[in-house]
Amino acid sequence: MRTQARPMGGPLLTRSYVVLLGLAALAFIIIVWRFAAGLGPTTALSDGYPWGVWIAFDVVTGTALACGGYAMALLVYIFNKGKYHPLVRPAILTSALGYSIAGLSVMIDIGRPWNAWKLPIQVWKWNVNSALLEVALCIMAYCVVLYLELVPALLEKYKGEKTTIGRIADRVLPLFDKALIFIVAFGILLPTMHQSSLGSLMMLTGPKLHPLWFSPLLPLLFLVGCVMMGFAIVVFEATFSAKAFGHKPETPMLRNLAKLSAWFSALFVIIRVVDLGVRGSLGYAFTLDTYGVMFWIETLLFLAPLLILYTKTKHYSLGNIFRQAMLLAFAGALYRFDTYLVAFNPGPGYHYFPAVPELLVTIGLVAGEIAIYIFVVKKFPIVGGELPAHA
Amino acid sequence: MSASRYVTDFTIAAGLERAGVSRRNFLTFCGKLMVAAPVGLAITNHLSPEAVAADIGKARRPSVIWFHMQDCTGCTETLLRTSQPDLADLILNIISLDYHETVMAPSGKDAELALQEAMAQNDGKFVCVVEGSIPTKDNGQYLYLAGKPGLQVLHEVTSRSAAVIAIGSCASWGGVPSSGPNPTGATGAVSLVKNKPVVNLPGCPPNPYVLLATVLEYARTGKVPALDDEHRPKFAYDRTIHEHCPRRAHFDAGRFAKAFGDDGHRSGWCLYQLGCKGPVTHAACSTRHFAEVVDAWPIGIGAPCVGCTEEKIAFKVPIFDTADIPKPLPPAAYPSVFGEHKGISPVATGVAGLVGGALASAGLIASRKLNDEEPKE
Amino acid sequence: MTTDRRSLLKGFAAAAATMTVVSTPAAARERKKAPSDAVGLLYDATKCVGCKACVVKCKEINALQADRRADKLYDAPEGLNEYTKNVIQLARDGGEESYVKKQCMHCVDPACVGACMLGALQKGQFGIVKYDVERCVGCRYCQMACPFNVPKFEWTSRAPKIIKCELCKERLAEGKQPGCTEVCPRKAVIFGKYDELLAEAHQRLSAEPQKYVPKVYGEHDLGGTQVLYLSHIPFESLGFRFSGERAVPDVQQTVQHGIYKGFAGPVALYALLGAVMFRNRKKGADE
Repeated sequence: MRTQARPMGGPLLTRSYVVLLGLAALAFIIIVWRFAAGLGPTTALSDGYPWGVWIAFDVVTGTALACGGYAMALLVYIFNKGKYHPLVRPAILTSALGYSIAGLSVMIDIGRPWNAWKLPIQVWKWNVNSALLEVALCIMAYCVVLYLELVPALLEKYKGEKTTIGRIADRVLPLFDKALIFIVAFGILLPTMHQSSLGSLMMLTGPKLHPLWFSPLLPLLFLVGCVMMGFAIVVFEATFSAKAFGHKPETPMLRNLAKLSAWFSALFVIIRVVDLGVRGSLGYAFTLDTYGVMFWIETLLFLAPLLILYTKTKHYSLGNIFRQAMLLAFAGALYRFDTYLVAFNPGPGYHYFPAVPELLVTIGLVAGEIAIYIFVVKKFPIVGGELPAHA
Repeated sequence: MSASRYVTDFTIAAGLERAGVSRRNFLTFCGKLMVAAPVGLAITNHLSPEAVAADIGKARRPSVIWFHMQDCTGCTETLLRTSQPDLADLILNIISLDYHETVMAPSGKDAELALQEAMAQNDGKFVCVVEGSIPTKDNGQYLYLAGKPGLQVLHEVTSRSAAVIAIGSCASWGGVPSSGPNPTGATGAVSLVKNKPVVNLPGCPPNPYVLLATVLEYARTGKVPALDDEHRPKFAYDRTIHEHCPRRAHFDAGRFAKAFGDDGHRSGWCLYQLGCKGPVTHAACSTRHFAEVVDAWPIGIGAPCVGCTEEKIAFKVPIFDTADIPKPLPPAAYPSVFGEHKGISPVATGVAGLVGGALASAGLIASRKLNDEEPKE
Repeated sequence: MTTDRRSLLKGFAAAAATMTVVSTPAAARERKKAPSDAVGLLYDATKCVGCKACVVKCKEINALQADRRADKLYDAPEGLNEYTKNVIQLARDGGEESYVKKQCMHCVDPACVGACMLGALQKGQFGIVKYDVERCVGCRYCQMACPFNVPKFEWTSRAPKIIKCELCKERLAEGKQPGCTEVCPRKAVIFGKYDELLAEAHQRLSAEPQKYVPKVYGEHDLGGTQVLYLSHIPFESLGFRFSGERAVPDVQQTVQHGIYKGFAGPVALYALLGAVMFRNRKKGADE
C-alpha cells in the first residue's frame, strides 16, 4: 500500500529555525540598505566585474541546484519511471523556492528594477539576439509553471473539506489533472531552454573568457551539468527530509538517482574534454596557473563520485550516496562559478571577491529559502510518500 | 679703464678687495650664481654663498674679450640689466672685460690698440665671447670690423683664445639674421671655430648669470661645463621650459587660454594653445627669470614662449602655431593604461571560508552519520 | 538497473536525434559592415600631447561631475568611469611612452548591442552606439560583453545609468563636431566619415611608415570599430587586449540561432515532450 505524502507537522520555531529566520532578517536589512545606498557601497562589484556572487551563485548556481524539479519531471514523465513519483513533489517545492530566490536576487542585483516589468510586456522592444532576454523571460515563465505544479500539492490538503478553500480545491484539482501534460511539458521545455542559455550568456564575453571555459558547446555543458545537479540535489534534499522529519529515506530510489547523476557527470567530462581537444585548447589544462588548477579541481570533482561508486560495489550506502551528491552538486556549482567569475578576465587591475554584505545577503536568502521549505513541508503534503512494499 | 686691468696675476678675491667691493655684494652675486646653476657646475656645487665665494675667490680673474658680430647688442644689454650688484662695481672686477665695444672707454684706433694689447697679454688664456652671427657669404663681406671681414677677425682672435663662448642664439646657430632667405649666409660661431672648445648659450637673449657661471667655471676649473650635443651647457639647457613651467599643472589639467585677454588668460592658464613652444624649447627661463624681476619672463607675463633658443623653432615656426611634442613628458601622476581598481576584502574571504568550511564539514559529518545509522546489508 | 540503463541510453539517443534535427548548423552569421552613413574618429597617438583638453570638453558637454577620488583636489580620473566618458592615459612600451585616448569604440558589430535585453544600447544614425535609459534595467550584461570595458555603471547612484560616449550625437544633429575633436589643439583626434577617416589613416601609414606601427587598429579588429587608432607603440601596450577579426557576438548568436531557429526549436521540442507524455499516460507507468 502506497503511503500518501502528508504534512510532517511538528513545532515550527525550533532553535535552528529561529537562526534561519535571523539570517533571513539580516539579509532583508542589507537589501534595504542596498536600495538606499546603491550597489557601490554595499557590494564589491566594479566596472571590471559587474556580475558577482548574486549572479554567479544565487542565479546561475542557485537555479541549477533548483533543477531537481526538472530532473525528476524528465525521469517520471518522459522516461515514465512512475515509481519515483514520491520524490517529485519535494523536488518541485525546492525548485519553486530556488527559482524564486534567484528571481529575487536578480531584482536586487539589477540597477533599475522598476523597469523590469517591461521585459515580459514591451514585446516590441525585445532584442531577440539577447541570450539574457531569453533567460529572463524563460525564468519568469518557469516560476509561474513551478507554482502551477505546486498548487495541487498545496490544495490537496484541503480536498473534501467543507470550507471555501476546500470547495475551490475540489473544483480545481481535477482541472490540474487534465492540464498536467501541458504544464509539465513547459516544466521540461523551459529549463532546457534557459539552463542552456545560461551557458550561452557567457559566450558573448568571448575574448574575456579563458579558453578552458569558452566553448560553442557551453549551452550543452550547462544543460548536462544542471541535470546532473538536479538529481544530486534530489538525493540531498530527500535524505535531509527523511532525517529531519523522521521518515524512512527512499534509499533504493536514491541509489538509482545517484547513478544517473554519475552518468551525467561522466558525460559532462567527456563532452568537455573532447570539445577542448577538437578546438586545440587542451594545452591550457597543463599550464600551472589559476586556470589550469581550477580546471583540474573541477574535473576531478566531476569524476570522483565515479571512482567512489564504481570501484567498490559495497559502497552504495546512503552516506556515500549523500557524499557523492554533495560532491557533484559542488562540482557543478564550481564549474558555473568558474565560468562566470574565475575564468572571466576583464583585464589587469580588476579584482573581485564578494563583500561581506553581499555574502550575508546570499546566505540570508538561502536561509530564508530553507525556512520556507521547512514551513511548507510541515504544513502541506509534500514529503512522506513511499514505495509500494513489493518494489 | 686703468692700466691695472691688464695685470691678471691676482685672484678674484684679491681683486675685489683692491677694488673695494663690499663682501655683501659679492655674496649676493654668488647667491645669484647658485640660482643660475643649481646643479651641474663645480663652482656652485656648494651649500652656501659663502662657500661659493671662497671657491670663486681662489680663481684667477679671467680675461674676457667680447666681440659683436651681426648682433643687436641684446645679449650685452641683458648683462647690463643686472643691478644687484652693479655691473661696473662688481662684474668688471670679477672678470676682466678687456675688450667690449659697447662699454669700453676707448674708441677708434685706441680701441684697436686695446684689443691687440689684451690679446698679447693673455695670449692663449683669454675667453672669447662672440655675440651675433657671422656672415659667411661672399667671403664675409657683409660685416667689417676695423676694416677686416668679421670672418677673418673671428679666426684671428679665436685662434689665440683658450675657449669660445657664443652668447645668444645668433652666435650659437645664426639667430634672426639666419632666418628667411638668409641673404648674408649668417652662421653660428661653432661651425666656424676649429680646435677650440665652444660653448653655445642660445637665447634671445639668454640669462646673464648663465654666462657668468660658465665663464667662472672655466676660470676656476680650466674646463668648460658639461655640454650637450648642441654644445649647450647641460646645467642650463638640459630641460625644456615645459618640464619646469609654473603653468604646467594647467596644461596637465586641460586648462588653456584660448585668446589673449580671455578668462583663461587672465587666470594664468597654460598658453599652449596660443602657440607656446615651451614643450620643445630647451632653456632655463622658467626658473631663472630676467631683469632681476620675479616673473619677468615671457610666459610669466602671459606671452607664449617662441622657442628662441632652438634652431628648428625660433624665427621658423610661426609664433602662434601649436608645437608638435614628439616625446610625451607626463607628470608622475598621469593615469596609466593599466590602473589598479578596488581590492579584495580580507574579512569577506574569511567569512566565505568559514561558511564554506562549515558546510563541507557538516556534509561530511552528516554522510558519516548516515553510513553509521544504515542497517548493514 | 539494466532496464534503467537501457532506457537512459535510449533517452540520450532520442535527445541527440532531436537536437541534431533541430540544430542543423546554421550558416555562419554574416560579417557586418559599417553603415553607409557611418561617421567615426581617427586618433593618431603620435600627435597627441596629453593636454587633456578633450577630457575637459567632454565633461563640460555631458555635464559630468569631477572625479576627485584620487587626491581629493583635482578632477583626475584614472580611466573611464561613471564620471568620465573620455579619458587620456599614459602607455609605456619598454622605454617608449605614448598617450592614448579611450572612449566608446562604436563597434560595427557591438557586443553590448547583442547583449542588451530591451535594446537600450543600439546602433543608431551614423552607426553611433546610443543609450536609452528608459529601456535599461541595469543588468550590466553590456559591461560583461564589451571587450574594451567601455560601458561604466553609476555604482553610487540610487537610479544608476550606464555611462559611455555617444559621439556627441546631439551636437552632430546640430551640424557641429564632437567636443573632443573640436578642441584638440593638435588635431590628434579628428572626426569625419568613416570611409574617409580610414583612407586618411592608410595614407598616413604609407606616407610615414617609420612613424607608425603598420596597422590601423579598428579596421578589422573584433569585427571593426568606427573609432580608429594609429600608434607608434604596439596596440597591446595602449591597452587594446584583443585583436582577433571575429566580431564578439558571432559565436553566441550563431549557436543560439542555430539551436532555436527562431521559435521552431522550442515549439518542436514542446510538441515532442507532449507526445511522449501522452503516450506514457496511455501506457501506464513502466514500473
